Amino acid sequence: MSLITEFILIVVVALILIPWMGVRWKGRITVTIVCILALLSSSIAVQTFIGTPFEYTYQGSLITGPIPVRIDTLSGWFILIINFTFITGAFYGLQYMKAYQEQKANLSLHWISLILVQASLISICALQNFFAFLTAWEIMALSSFILIIFEYQKRETLNAGINFLIQSHICILFLTLGFIWVSVKMNNYDFTALTAFSKSYSLLASVLLFLCFFFGFAIKAGFVPFHTWLPYAHPVAPAHISGIMSGVIIKIGIYGILRMLLLIKTDYLILGYIILFISILSGLYGVMLAIIQHNLKRLLAYHSIENIGIIGMGIGLGCIGMGKGNQLLTLLGFAGALLHTLNHSLFKSVLFYGAGNVYQATHNTDIERMGGLGKSMPQTAFIFLIASLAICGLPPFNGFVSEFLIYNGMFTGLHSSDKVLLNAIVCGLFGLGLIGGLAMLCFTKAFGTIFLGTSRHHLSHTPHEAAYGQLIPLYAGLILMLAIGLYPQYFVAALSKPLNLFLHAAGNALVIEQLPFAGTLSMIGWCALLFLGLTGCIYFLRYRITIHKPQYMDATWGCGYAAPTGKMQYTASSFTRAYRKLAEPFLSIRKKKTDVSGIFPVHGGQETQPYDKIEEWMIDIPLNMLKSFIGKFTFLQNGNLQFYILYGMVFITLVLGIPYVFEYIHSLIKFLNTL
Amino acid sequence: MINFILIILASLFFTGIIIRTKSITSGRKGPGIFQPLKDIIRLLKKGAVYSKTTSFIFQIAPSIYFASVITAIMVIPLGNYKGLISFEGDFVFFAYILGIGKFFNIISALDTGSSFEGMGASREALFSMFAEPAFFILMGSLALLTGHSSFQQIFSSLHFGSSISYILGIMATFVLTIITMVENSRMPFDDPKTHLELTMVHEVMILDNSGFDLGLILYTSSLKFAMYGSLIANLFMGDFPLYLTIPIFFGMQILFAMAIGLLESFTARFRMNHNAQYILALSSVSLLIFLGVLLILGQFN
Repeated sequence: MSLITEFILIVVVALILIPWMGVRWKGRITVTIVCILALLSSSIAVQTFIGTPFEYTYQGSLITGPIPVRIDTLSGWFILIINFTFITGAFYGLQYMKAYQEQKANLSLHWISLILVQASLISICALQNFFAFLTAWEIMALSSFILIIFEYQKRETLNAGINFLIQSHICILFLTLGFIWVSVKMNNYDFTALTAFSKSYSLLASVLLFLCFFFGFAIKAGFVPFHTWLPYAHPVAPAHISGIMSGVIIKIGIYGILRMLLLIKTDYLILGYIILFISILSGLYGVMLAIIQHNLKRLLAYHSIENIGIIGMGIGLGCIGMGKGNQLLTLLGFAGALLHTLNHSLFKSVLFYGAGNVYQATHNTDIERMGGLGKSMPQTAFIFLIASLAICGLPPFNGFVSEFLIYNGMFTGLHSSDKVLLNAIVCGLFGLGLIGGLAMLCFTKAFGTIFLGTSRHHLSHTPHEAAYGQLIPLYAGLILMLAIGLYPQYFVAALSKPLNLFLHAAGNALVIEQLPFAGTLSMIGWCALLFLGLTGCIYFLRYRITIHKPQYMDATWGCGYAAPTGKMQYTASSFTRAYRKLAEPFLSIRKKKTDVSGIFPVHGGQETQPYDKIEEWMIDIPLNMLKSFIGKFTFLQNGNLQFYILYGMVFITLVLGIPYVFEYIHSLIKFLNTL
Repeated sequence: MINFILIILASLFFTGIIIRTKSITSGRKGPGIFQPLKDIIRLLKKGAVYSKTTSFIFQIAPSIYFASVITAIMVIPLGNYKGLISFEGDFVFFAYILGIGKFFNIISALDTGSSFEGMGASREALFSMFAEPAFFILMGSLALLTGHSSFQQIFSSLHFGSSISYILGIMATFVLTIITMVENSRMPFDDPKTHLELTMVHEVMILDNSGFDLGLILYTSSLKFAMYGSLIANLFMGDFPLYLTIPIFFGMQILFAMAIGLLESFTARFRMNHNAQYILALSSVSLLIFLGVLLILGQFN
């Protein structure tokens, strides 16, 4: 109780203090506040893991009713993830924002919003009253909007920001609809009303209610086809904001879906299939588009969609397990989803911070203009490489563990004898296998073009390694990534409590202390260690053998061509060309080509711009139709004052006249009737 | 343990047999079957030339590639005998640990900043990515058929009973063979003997490797052959005792190597830009296996 008061008090004090601080202190005080908030909320979250769930009810007001603050292990897990990402993000941002020190007012707003986003995200995990939840959600949406439009002078930033603002409000619209529906029926604003609602009304109603929430949360999480805001918002935001946004803000959508699954009692099997289907689609579509992106941050944004898809697959499998009463499937599915949520928040934030370092070194996010940065920025290159390996789900890093759990869930599902499930799982295997392969294509492209080879573009300055403040937070993420990869059993053991919540929701009274797959996971850890050890041994052996052998440096083999330049290297677009040709029917790529002609050709060129086919169909075409329909009425707005007065007159006449006419007709009919 | 040693032994002569078969079919006498091994040993003793463009990635990639294949080999069982590593879902680990080797192979090719090596890297990434779903669906079908989910359990409880199961065995062999050819960049996807950089896949990626690194890479590809060969051998091993499985193992390896030799002698390389479609279509054969398994399990009744 007192902790909550302190929490709110600190936020308020910080908001009042920051604008009055000197420009150097604004950032420092924000980092301190973020750390204090993280400590406070983490202490509660950790307590839920070792002890009992936290519960406290505020009196609330007449409108809101009592406001319960409930933190169970599911909330606790998300709070811990949020806090870690915010701490690394704030430390990274402190250094990153030094480049913008002259924009004092803008910085105040930025730091205040950062604190607000953290506070609201934690509140969303804890608050279980419709009003309070939506308020916190709105604060989160608005303050992350302000964070995104930090560079508001650029037109594309504002466009992306407004796109984000509109789509987050569509998300809020869905949530509000769902909440209104339940509160009207149950006359209660507590989250428990959701459970009561789903128990007392028909199955169809509860499925519809869940889908209403699912669509709302899916917009935030970025499931296809609700993902279109994501690839715009991530590239324009400052690097630490992109990292936080991809790491935790979109994960709050996942939290919402999981929370609703716990609360709404419905047919989990159908929901499981729906979620699994949408997730496979998101995973594949996200990575397919990621490959053709040449803007580094946009590429990473599309990868967030892919990873949300992988998380969703875990949720879908878990739901199917709940519906089927298959305990192992439930455990594996949700364990995979929850662990991948943590994993993705780690490697994606690290990748975005790394992209920030690259951006500040080259003032550019187009990977076609980069190359050879590994030599001038070895530490960033190393960090980016490890995070790339982790995001591709390769052992010995963390991404593998969660993907392994989901694979294992699918193979567990194969032991059933339900035809629909079997087909769904084969689709899942196909999808996940292909996603893994495509992710590898994407990250070999990204890492290879940015950090390897030689520079493809003449920079007016030599790029430098980022300052330590911009590297240490990344190393922190890296250590955790490796720790999860090598000792997955401990992290998954921590998951047993949130997993029991799902078993409980599925009607299973048993409490499972020891997860059935703990032994397998520790094997993975050992195998990963073995692999690392083996690599070390072989490299050492190679070193011992080759040290006395003659070695010299020469130019790269170029078929005997004597004057190779950096521009002759393989580029990112040529690296993905074969793929692009193959995937063209699913993609929307705009091409502009000028052929060279004549005996002395002067100028020729080819330009390809990747675009999103779903965005084209779902957003652009309906929007254009709406515009052209509304455009038909532009003649009304002709700028003549006389006309506007006429419209007013017509309006007033109609308002007054229609009831009168109606009354007249009414009495006429009455008169005729009496006749 | 026994299987690990057997695969290492098989890897010593595997490429030799392929080359010998190819020379015999083309009417030459050909080198002895240990000639590739001798070449590798010679390379391991040599010094090296490195490209000026390369970084540390280029130095460490061959070691990681080698280690990844060795770790993958440890997972493979011999019929009823477990591999060094065995757990539920170990074939996922198998596929992903090979993935990390591939990742480093690809970026080490990009590390040279060459105008050719990226070409090979791009193809390798694309082709092997399309082979992945086929492998997972195949393993999924076998897991469904046997009700287990680790290599050793699946292979030891794989019995051939009905006529459908024989067809499944043949199709599984086909899928694994094609995956072997893709992973090792052999005919009909890539011609290891080609002389033009533009038409190479694997060869062009290692243009700049020399000395110890090149030897390591060449030996790794023999290991990979033997590894996939032993996977195929495992399909037919069941739970026989050791004195039967070892001859079966070597018999299958030699047969497999000869089959590859014959395949390479009598087929032409596919058009490079159609390879990807062909490999993706491999998944459909895996799907057929899946349907066959459903048929055996009586899901269609």
